[in-house]
Amino acid sequence: MSKRKSEENCLTHGECISQAQRMLRERFCHQKIPGKPFGVESQHKHLLELLKRTAVHGESNSVLIVGPRGAGKTMLLNCVLNELLEVKHVQENVLQVQLNGLLQTDDRIALKEITRQLHLENVVGDKVFGSFAENLAFLLEALKKGDRSSSRPVVFILDEFDLFAHHKNQTLLYNLFDVSQSAQTPVAVIGLTCRLDVLELLEKRVKSRFSHRQIHLLSSFRFKQYLEIFKMQLSLPEDFTDRRFAEEWNQNIKSLCEDRSVEDVLQKHFCSSKDFRSLHMLLMLALSRVTVSHPAIKPTDLLEASRLCTMDSKANILHGLSVLELCLIIAMKHLSDIYDGEPFNFQMVHNEFQKFIQRKSHSVHNFEKPVVIKAFEHLHQLELIKPMEGPSVRTQKEYQLVKLLLDNSQIMDALQKYPQCPTDVKQWATSAFG
Amino acid sequence: MPALIQHPGYSESELRRVEEKLVCRDSQVSMLLSIFGEPQQYSYPSVFIYGHAATGKTFVTQTLLRELQLPHALLNCVECFTSRLLFEHILNQLCAHSPSPDNEFSSHTRCDSFNDFIRLYRQLADLQQQKSTTYIVLDRAEALRDMDANLLSGFLRLQELVGGNVTVIFLSEIVWEKFRPNTGCFEPLIICFPDYSKAELQQILSLDHHPEYSADLYASYINILLGVFYSVCRDLKELRHLAALNFTKFCEPLLKGEAKESDTHRLWRNIEPHLKKAMQTVYLREISSSQWEEMQQKEGELHLKGLSAHAHVELPYYSKFLLIAAYLASFNPARADKRFFLKHHGKIKKTNFLKKHEKTSNHLLGPKPFPLDRLLAIFYSIVDSRVAPTANIFSQISSLVVLQLLALVGHDDQLNSPKYKCAVSFDFIRAIARTVNFEIVKYLYDFL
Repeated sequence: MSKRKSEENCLTHGECISQAQRMLRERFCHQKIPGKPFGVESQHKHLLELLKRTAVHGESNSVLIVGPRGAGKTMLLNCVLNELLEVKHVQENVLQVQLNGLLQTDDRIALKEITRQLHLENVVGDKVFGSFAENLAFLLEALKKGDRSSSRPVVFILDEFDLFAHHKNQTLLYNLFDVSQSAQTPVAVIGLTCRLDVLELLEKRVKSRFSHRQIHLLSSFRFKQYLEIFKMQLSLPEDFTDRRFAEEWNQNIKSLCEDRSVEDVLQKHFCSSKDFRSLHMLLMLALSRVTVSHPAIKPTDLLEASRLCTMDSKANILHGLSVLELCLIIAMKHLSDIYDGEPFNFQMVHNEFQKFIQRKSHSVHNFEKPVVIKAFEHLHQLELIKPMEGPSVRTQKEYQLVKLLLDNSQIMDALQKYPQCPTDVKQWATSAFG
Repeated sequence: MPALIQHPGYSESELRRVEEKLVCRDSQVSMLLSIFGEPQQYSYPSVFIYGHAATGKTFVTQTLLRELQLPHALLNCVECFTSRLLFEHILNQLCAHSPSPDNEFSSHTRCDSFNDFIRLYRQLADLQQQKSTTYIVLDRAEALRDMDANLLSGFLRLQELVGGNVTVIFLSEIVWEKFRPNTGCFEPLIICFPDYSKAELQQILSLDHHPEYSADLYASYINILLGVFYSVCRDLKELRHLAALNFTKFCEPLLKGEAKESDTHRLWRNIEPHLKKAMQTVYLREISSSQWEEMQQKEGELHLKGLSAHAHVELPYYSKFLLIAAYLASFNPARADKRFFLKHHGKIKKTNFLKKHEKTSNHLLGPKPFPLDRLLAIFYSIVDSRVAPTANIFSQISSLVVLQLLALVGHDDQLNSPKYKCAVSFDFIRAIARTVNFEIVKYLYDFL
């Protein structure tokens, strides 16, 4: 019996990897909630306490969770909600309404969504009927009828809270906060936002009804902890089907953490941003290279992934330009050097280019003006140059003032890497006087 | 031949088919495949692919998704110019519904807002019970920036919003930095499709060789073609078009029996001036491809006038003078007017008048705006006969604006002292001046 069981547990190598991939991909890509949030214990306690008071005692609350993108706002909230819903009494009692500023772009849509999520009477199937005014009156009526002791508490979660503040008259926010202020149905309004100045966006009457409770998630961990997170995120859990594979995998991750080059990569990454999302992207790229023939993550994988993450995209675009377009860019560089960043037009660029060709006796780059215009327009299309006036101002295309959107160092780097760059072009670029 | 690209989860024959179709994109294909993962596994929520025109962004993605039979919707954001069209097209493609006469060309469901889209998408996913990743490919994604502000951010985190297994792929020629909204967003995974090198271009272009001739001959033809055009154009589509267009001319000496296939030098001498001519005409769309082919068949000299040669416009007598006056007003500084157009302007010192560093700068900087009064003053001084300022004259000015020969600057006041700019080229105005026997060069400050 025991033998058979161990046989069952022992999957083939390929299946193991596929399962590990699935598990880790869910973690990195789908932002699956970890068992316990990391480094935000006090905030977690605060929020849990607050929601418990609404769910159990029927108290109305409002709170804003503020933090930069990818700092784990949604993760924290979901953790707290999960924990809250484990209590059976709460699970039966609490209603949840999830709103997102990206989806509910005005109050009418938001109201319909609330009605739908609360399964109120005027919902047939999945559709909501009635005008905006009817919906609002109906909803307020339903919320007002209740009182602290008898009605079910509602938790409103407003993702991208700052977008709700741009709605007309902030009707929705006003009504939600108003309900939370008066002794009606117990509601908890939780806003998630990445804007620190979100309170400045609120109208005075809305602001006065808000409880001014804010939870800040400023990822305030050091590199040591970052390494810890890195390890935690990549490790397989204890209850993985194949124990031996999981142990091997985790051992490999542990040795990975001690590797010097890996630490350098992570340090570089840590210095550019501390959020989880960018770490997840790095790990995802490293993980995607794991196959049957390459069963573990090696330091080189991480190096390669980091190289992909930190690539300069403009340099890549410059690499693919033709020689003529590159010459135009050099001419523009000279113009911005000479005239100190003043905008220029095609005629001036062409003049500069012509000067270069005349100086060179052999005329390899001697192109007709329309061909040069075509190259110039291609640069415009790639948004490497930007017109100074809007499209409404009608000027001839030769005389339209434009600005170069490239740095001098970017141009010089691109020239170094350009395949088979003609030497005279290179010299022209380095010479100070056009 | 061993398959270069291997991936569990997809059958070997499918992968081989993909590999045969996609030339010179091996590393990109294997990168994409590794990010996609197995069909059931989650993939990254949004992938952003950028690269130059004709580097195979759309082709690679489309071929991959089609050959591996992954559920996907592919749409062009330029076509779907409103969000409603975008949503309905995605839903239509995902449930294999196509507008036809039977359903009066209606879409599957009406979907007005992003909120509805998410709701309907969830319904659809529940209905289809699909386990594998769904891909939504948005081609020409730069057009998304000009649509509703929530659209781009919404699509970037679609996986989170619908809570299902979906990946959105953006394809664009423009780099990601120009997309990012100012309040930030979910960062996509960025992949670059690099440009083809010269050798790769040669390899791809040589693929469609003519069946009547040997592959080597076509390869040497492509080599000559690239030699002429490579420094100007790296667009594969354009090069392919030019290659197809000029091949008959290349083969001419072979058909006439003047040269053999091995006679590369003679063939090169025959085709090279022809290709140089093509760069000035066909490449710029001066003459159309069909005209070019016709000309080759007739073996006539390449003397057809292009589009831009038809720049001559028939204008009424006074309109011509008005346009000339506008050109002079635009390209001459106002302080020079007295010298050019007044009979007794007194003595002006020549050295003072012509500041050296200002010379020829006006034709470099472009036309300057001028008020209506100045235009009329110059007009009266260059027209010999007496002209009454009738309504006709003024309506001619405004119709010159409509014809885009003049441009109105600053739309603040239509009636009271409007300002204009002249919007024609020097060659154009010289041709006009010649028809009325007016020597324009004598009156231009730049040519003094």
